[in-house]
Amino acid sequence: MGYQLDFWALAGYLSLFVQGAGTTLALTAVASTIGIALSIGGAATARWGVRWARSLIAAYVELIRNTPFLIQLFFIFFGLPSLGIRLTALQAAVLAMTINLTAYSIEILRAGIESVPRGQREAGLALGISPMAVFIWVILPQAVANVYPALVSQIVITMLESAVVSQIAVVDLTHVADYIQSRTYRAFETYFAITLIYLCMAISLRWLLARAGSKLFLGRPR
Amino acid sequence: MISLSVWEIVHFLLLAARWTLLLSAIAFLGGGTAALLLLFLRYAQPRGGATLVRYYIELLQGTPLLLQLFLVFFGLPLLGIEVSPLLAAAVALILYAGAFLAEIWRGCVDAVPRGQWEASAALGLNFISQMRYVILPQALRIAVPPTVGFLVQLLKATALSSIVGFNDLTRAGTIVTNATFQPFLVYGLVALIYFAMCYPLTVCSRFLERKLGSY
Repeated sequence: MGYQLDFWALAGYLSLFVQGAGTTLALTAVASTIGIALSIGGAATARWGVRWARSLIAAYVELIRNTPFLIQLFFIFFGLPSLGIRLTALQAAVLAMTINLTAYSIEILRAGIESVPRGQREAGLALGISPMAVFIWVILPQAVANVYPALVSQIVITMLESAVVSQIAVVDLTHVADYIQSRTYRAFETYFAITLIYLCMAISLRWLLARAGSKLFLGRPR
Repeated sequence: MISLSVWEIVHFLLLAARWTLLLSAIAFLGGGTAALLLLFLRYAQPRGGATLVRYYIELLQGTPLLLQLFLVFFGLPLLGIEVSPLLAAAVALILYAGAFLAEIWRGCVDAVPRGQWEASAALGLNFISQMRYVILPQALRIAVPPTVGFLVQLLKATALSSIVGFNDLTRAGTIVTNATFQPFLVYGLVALIYFAMCYPLTVCSRFLERKLGSY
């Protein structure tokens, strides 16, 4: 075989790599923050909401969890404009990632809420604290602490799945790879390098969040 | 622009869905075999294999499937292997499923009480017989629900094969959209067909989990 691997061909594109990684991380950060905030409300509704709201949440969760992310993305980016909702690629990507993450983290947080002993709520209410305050200050911290590792995994999965948004021309890390390989004709080397960057990002993100968790939930029995 | 009736679109998409199912089946059977090999490697003495398996799983679970797919698609030709989209997608998904199933099944094997290993060793069974007759049959019981659950994830993952040009359900959706300019309808239908394939598996997994329970 005459093919020689040549990673030096990529050296000139370093700034693009950094830019793409930045976009991927920013997308993940925004989607995770909004997604987890929404899913706290969603999980609480799934647990204590009125019946129609509970069914609505259940339907949403099942629909999202049983269809591919790529299709959700295409539906939002290509399909919604026919309803008059026109989104840029970046907005569509954030929306799709948020909708996707929310469905998964509702399930995770719901399990967390269910793992908090019933007595905690009863004790809080007996002390005359309002139900809302009991949820926010008593139940939620314990629930999140219980399922924190699962939430971290879900955030990392969201970052890895975000590679797909390159398909609607969001200039994320994968899209940068597509561009570079079209310029250098070094497809394997480019994708190899980008894969390693994703791996490093996934490992550091997991490490960072785990560390933040051990600080955040200090002193809780694990 | 071509105008097709909804029924014609559904018919076309359903034909393509067969390829999605075929690819899922190949990936599941291939991935299951790979995972079984990894599982044996992980528990075999000497323990050197376990580290290797851990790195493999970490690598496959820590990188995007799309990139794995591209690496196979552009990497195999460097080894002198001609790749069709089906071959590339099948190889990538087998590697992917192998890593996930190996990790899921490890949890199930670890759930088998230690005494079972010790008792079977005391009876003079060698490693293969221990796995074959004592450990795996017990692990199987708790492995079924999460394995069916993973099948949903795998089926959804096959959608990425459309990106390297495999004519699966997703790519059929793109083709029909490009012909009819009705993305809302077509991608909606595609999503519904995926849902119709995945949801029964989800329900099945949940039912089995209740029925078989844990230890």
